[in-house]
Amino acid sequence: MKYIIKKFITLIITLLFISLITFTAFSVIPGDAATAKLGTNATPEQAQQLREEMGLDDPIPVRYVNWLAGALHGDFGDSYQYSGVTVAALMAGRLPVTALLALMSLVMILVISVPLGILSARFAGRWLDTVINQLSQITMAVPAFFLGIVLTYIFGLILHWFQPGAFVEPGEDFWGCAGFLVFPAIAVALPKIAMVIKFLRNSVLSEMPKDYVRTAYSKGNKEHRVLYVHILRNALIPVITFIAMVIAEIMAGSIIVEQVFGIPGIGRLLITSISARDYPVVQAIVTYITAIVVIVNFIVDVLYQLVDPRVKAQ
Amino acid sequence: MKKRSILFSLLVLLVSVALCGCGGDKKTETSSESNTSSEGTPTSGGSIVFGMTQDLVSLDPHQITDAGTRSVVFNMYEGLVKPTSTGDLEPAIASDYTISEDATTYTFTLRDGVTFHDGSAVTAEDVKYSIERYAEIQGESSAFSSLLDNVSIPDDKTVVITLKEGYSEFLSDLTLAVIPAANEDPEGNPVGTGPFKFEAYTPGQELVLTKNESYWQSGTPYLDQVTFKIIADTDTAFTQLQAGTIDIMNYLTTVQVQTLQQMSGGQFDIVEGNMNLVHAMFLNNAYEPLSDVRVRQALCYGIDRNAINQFLFDGKSTIIGSHMIPSLETWYEPSTAEMYTYDPNKAKELLAEAGYGDGFDLEISVPSSYSQHVDTAQIIVDQLSQIGIRATIKKVEWSSWLEDVYTNRNYQATVIGFDGTLAPSDWLKKYASDASNNIANYDNADYDSILKQALAAVDTEEKAALYKELQINLAENAASVYIEDPADFVAVNAKLGGYTFYPTAAWDMSQIYVKAEQ
Repeated sequence: MKYIIKKFITLIITLLFISLITFTAFSVIPGDAATAKLGTNATPEQAQQLREEMGLDDPIPVRYVNWLAGALHGDFGDSYQYSGVTVAALMAGRLPVTALLALMSLVMILVISVPLGILSARFAGRWLDTVINQLSQITMAVPAFFLGIVLTYIFGLILHWFQPGAFVEPGEDFWGCAGFLVFPAIAVALPKIAMVIKFLRNSVLSEMPKDYVRTAYSKGNKEHRVLYVHILRNALIPVITFIAMVIAEIMAGSIIVEQVFGIPGIGRLLITSISARDYPVVQAIVTYITAIVVIVNFIVDVLYQLVDPRVKAQ
Repeated sequence: MKKRSILFSLLVLLVSVALCGCGGDKKTETSSESNTSSEGTPTSGGSIVFGMTQDLVSLDPHQITDAGTRSVVFNMYEGLVKPTSTGDLEPAIASDYTISEDATTYTFTLRDGVTFHDGSAVTAEDVKYSIERYAEIQGESSAFSSLLDNVSIPDDKTVVITLKEGYSEFLSDLTLAVIPAANEDPEGNPVGTGPFKFEAYTPGQELVLTKNESYWQSGTPYLDQVTFKIIADTDTAFTQLQAGTIDIMNYLTTVQVQTLQQMSGGQFDIVEGNMNLVHAMFLNNAYEPLSDVRVRQALCYGIDRNAINQFLFDGKSTIIGSHMIPSLETWYEPSTAEMYTYDPNKAKELLAEAGYGDGFDLEISVPSSYSQHVDTAQIIVDQLSQIGIRATIKKVEWSSWLEDVYTNRNYQATVIGFDGTLAPSDWLKKYASDASNNIANYDNADYDSILKQALAAVDTEEKAALYKELQINLAENAASVYIEDPADFVAVNAKLGGYTFYPTAAWDMSQIYVKAEQ
C-alpha cells in the first residue's frame, strides 16, 4: 500500500514537472494560436480580440495556474484551433483509435517475437538463428514511414487488400476499423518485433551459462523444462522493461504511421496541435503521454515482483 | 534501473515528438481562369470526396480569414452578390442592385423565394444583421467598418447600405455571407443559403455537405453529397487519390501529374488553372543592402523566372512582374511582366554600381511545410550564386513564419504566395507605407499618393489606370522579385465533369456532376 502511494506521488510530481516544461517551451517559441489561426488576412483588431478570447494576453504564470486549476478538476478547456470543441471531446474521439492500434500491434509483437526469440536462442549459431537474425536486422533498419509507404503501395494500390484512406471510426463499425488497422499495426509492430527478438535472444543466451542452469540440469531436468521454467523466467525481466517502453510508445500514438495511413489518432492530433499552437490540446496530450509512461512503468514494477520475488525483498 | 527507465522512455517520447513536430498543416492558396472540365451529360445525384491538405479554420463565415476555408464554405454560404468564374460579381441573395454615382449608396432588392437551409426565408433583417456582425468582427478600425456608415431597410425586400465616403470596390465586400439572425451558434450549427448545406463536421478530419434541395438556382447542384476530407500529408493524400478514396485533389505537383497520367485506364482527368497567388520572393526594403533599389533590380535580373516555372510547373504558370494576378483582367498591367528579363550580366553591373561588386550574404526565410516555396528558394539560391550573391535558405515552421517574418518583418527575403479578393485594393494596399501588413517595408511617397487617388476613384476606367500605375511603380522600384501566378493542376475522377476554376477563393462543387454512362 505504502508502495502504491509512493508511486502515486511520483506520478503527480512527474505530471506537474512535465506540464510546466511544456508550458514554458510553448511560451518561448515564436507564433501563437491566434496568428496561427488567422493567417495573413486578418485585421490587427481581429487578432487582438482572438488573443483576448483565448487568454493569451494574461501573464504566463497566470495562464499556467488557470490551466492547472482546470486540469485538476478534469477540465482541459477548449481547443484553440477548433473553436467551440472541448479538448476532452477531441481526445475522446482519437483515443479509442490509438488504443485499438496499440492493442493490435502489441498482440502481434508478443505472439511473434517471444517464440522466435526463444527459438533463436535455442538454436544459436545454427541456420534458423542466422535466418531470424538477418531478417530482424533488415526490419530494424527500415524506418516506419518507409515501411508504411511500401505496405500501402503493395497491399493497397497493387493487391487491393485494403483501401488507403477508407478509415471508419471504431464506434461506427468496429470490425471494419480493426480490418483497416491491420496493415498500420504491422508497420508499427515489425521494427519492434525485430528488437524484442534480439533482446530476448541475448537475454536467454546470457542466462544459459549460469550456475542455476547447471544445477537444474544436474537435477535431471529436461532441456525443455530448464529453458521454459528456469531460464525464461530470468531472461524475461529485461525484456519486460523493454516491452513496457514499447507499449508506452505506441499508446502515445504512432505519429508517423498515423500520418502515412491517414489514421485520426492521438499522434496526428499532437502534430497538428503543435503547429497550430493549440496549447490546451498539446498540454492535455502531453499529460496523457506522461501518465501512460509512468503508469506502465508502475505495472512493470509490479510484474517484476511476480517474476522475481527478490525485487520485493530489496 | 527503474527511475532511469522512466526518464529514458520519456526522453525517447519527447525526442520523437520534437522530430515529428515539423510536419504540420497548410494554409493560404486558391484557383483561377474560366477553365472547365466538361464533356459527358450531367446527371443528378452521386457523392464525391474532395481531398484537401489544409485544415478548416472555422465554419462561421465571418470569422474565416484564409483562402482554403473560404474556398470550401463558398459552397454553403452566399452574399448579396457572389463571384462568377470570370471574376465578375453577380446578384445572389439580391436579385438586383443599384450603386449611386458617387458610390456612397448601395441599394439592393432581395430575390424572391430564397430560403436558408433551415427552411426560413431570408429577410432584410438577416442581411442587415449579417453586415453589422461582419463589421463588428472585423474591428472598428478595419477598412470595412470605418467605411460603413449605416444599413437601413426601408421595406421587407430592400436593403440600403450607405458609406461614409464613395468607394466603388465595396461591392466585392458584399460577397460576405448572409446568415440567419436567429441562429445563435453559427460556428457549431452553420446555416446559409448556398447550394450545399451542413451535414457533419469532425475537426481535423472531414466536413460533410449535402444537397440543398430548395436552392434558388434551379438545376444545381447535381451532387447529393460532398465530403471535404482533410489529409495533412500531401503524399498520403495522393495515395488515397490513386486508390480512389478521393475523387478530386488540387495543387498537384508535376511529378504527381505524370504519375497519374501513367496510370492505366485514364482514371483521372487533369484540369489546369491558376492558384490565384502572387508567388514572389519578397524583399525587406528596410534591410541593408536591399534598401538600395539597384540591388533589388539586380535580384530581379538575376533570377530566371521562366526556369522556376519550367522546373516546378512544367511552364504552365503565368509569369508576373508586379503584385497583381493576370486573371483580374480589368486591373492587371501586363507590361510589368516584361520589365525584367533574365540577364545575369546586367545584374552584376547593377550590383557593382551599388557598391556590392563582390556580392553579399542573403538569408531567405521559407515556411518549411510548403514544398513549392522551398523548391523555389532552392532554385533562386543557385541562380543568385551566379551573380555573386551568397544566398542561404532558412526553413521556418509556419507559425514562426507568421510571427517573425509576417508580423514582425524580422527577415531579409522570403518566398511565399499571397492571395486576395476580387477587389484590386486588396492586393495593392499592402504596399502603403503605413499598412499594417506591409511585409516588404515598402516606403514610396508616389505610391502612397496614387493609392489614395485609386481608392477614391469611382469611375472604373480611371480607377484601373491608377491601379496599373501602382503596379508599374512596384515593378520599376523592384519592391520584390515577383515570379508567377502558379499553375494549379487538379485531378478529377474521370467519371466526373464540371470542375470550374474561379479567380478567387472558391472550390465550386455545385457545377460538378457525374457523367451519364455512354
